[in-house]
Amino acid sequence: MSKPILATASLAGCFGCHMSLLDIDERILELIELVDFNKSPINDIKKFTRPCDIGLIEGGCCNNDNVHVLKDFRKHCKILVSVGECAIMGGLPALRNGLPVSDCLEEAYLNGPSTKDENPEGIMPNDVELPILLDKVYPCHEVVKMDYYLPGCPPDAELLWGALTALIKGNELELPYEVIKYD
Amino acid sequence: MSKNFVEFIIDGKKCMSEEGKYIIDAAKDNGVYIPTLCNIEGLKPKGACRICSVLVNGRPMTACTTPVTSGMEIENNIAQIEGIRKTIIEALFVEGNHFCPSCEKSGSCELQALAYKYKMLVPRFPFMFPIREVDASNPKLIKDHNRCILCKRCIRGIRDENDRSYFAFKKRGHEVEININHEMANKMTDRLARESMDICPVGALLIKESGFRTPIGQRKYDHLPIGSDIEK
Ligand code: SF4
Ligand code: SF4
Ligand code: FES
Repeated sequence: MSKPILATASLAGCFGCHMSLLDIDERILELIELVDFNKSPINDIKKFTRPCDIGLIEGGCCNNDNVHVLKDFRKHCKILVSVGECAIMGGLPALRNGLPVSDCLEEAYLNGPSTKDENPEGIMPNDVELPILLDKVYPCHEVVKMDYYLPGCPPDAELLWGALTALIKGNELELPYEVIKYD
Repeated sequence: MSKNFVEFIIDGKKCMSEEGKYIIDAAKDNGVYIPTLCNIEGLKPKGACRICSVLVNGRPMTACTTPVTSGMEIENNIAQIEGIRKTIIEALFVEGNHFCPSCEKSGSCELQALAYKYKMLVPRFPFMFPIREVDASNPKLIKDHNRCILCKRCIRGIRDENDRSYFAFKKRGHEVEININHEMANKMTDRLARESMDICPVGALLIKESGFRTPIGQRKYDHLPIGSDIEK
């Protein structure tokens, strides 16, 4: 039997959830025995080369590229998991949800303490290559269907390990009190 | 001194308590935890949040406002009731802006602790991301309306020597919010500011110039679920 295929992505996140995955420590060796990785920043595979079994999504959607990547994952992965607060509810990036995008851009590029004097011409990044910010940051399940949710900022390594092995082996996921945390 | 004691049943367990006690307190006396949010010991119950809903002789009632009577059959830890509680918790999470990772109350917050207890992984409702204000204009206290669950614990519990409340509701309907009386707040003592923060079940009232003092791992609900002290 071939191994299940795992893919991962970081959308509007800080890579903390991926770091937490590395917190499984030496069990990473066990993990590579259990699964093969496809598209993921961990192995730097940039494009899906085959359909996958499990997709782990860190971060919500703050721009059109995030939406594109998320939809691509939904297309290629049988099971899609929201990993961490940002994927689940937008997380800290969603703190901007009450503000107009123009306010955020002006604060970041024109009026912020580190840009105010450095950007006298008032340049705003507008290259066509750059993704376009959405009106707000969206939780993943408000963009595509997500199958499972693993909360935490970042989720505890034990939760990630428990969930991954349960999915791979088809066991029911156990959720002891101390692994569910939102911070 | 003559007190009338009554017998009643919670989830099949025979219990005994003084007649007239609220179900919440009677249950506690018998080692049974019924979750609360708006209720706090020592204050007149309000019945606002409905998280304490139980079935009393088959009908949903709020345990914080219903006195226990002889022969009552109360159902607490049953699927129907847990379903109601989980729904309320999820609704509260999407109704406000609860960014737990950046909240000072995280780890000691009663709303969050209940969400942990009922294993909320994601709320079933869409997030509303309402636009809410933070009021930092008072010398001792910050009020973050993003996290307020309108339980009125602050209004009911924090009063001056003339029994005047420091807090009040302003506006109506879905716009209702907590208002701090500026004149009184200007004279608020450190002790009362601390008590305000403590009486708030969530992170809507925070004392200024001090924060994140308790390390992760030592906070109230880091290791044991809310109610563990009652259900020994
Ligand atoms: S008040 Fe409680 S639930 Fe809300 S953000 Fe703070 S810790 Fe989370
Ligand atoms: S500020 Fe806190 S105590 Fe006051 S009503 Fe809001 S949640 Fe309740
Ligand atoms: S605790 Fe009983 S209604 Fe809020």
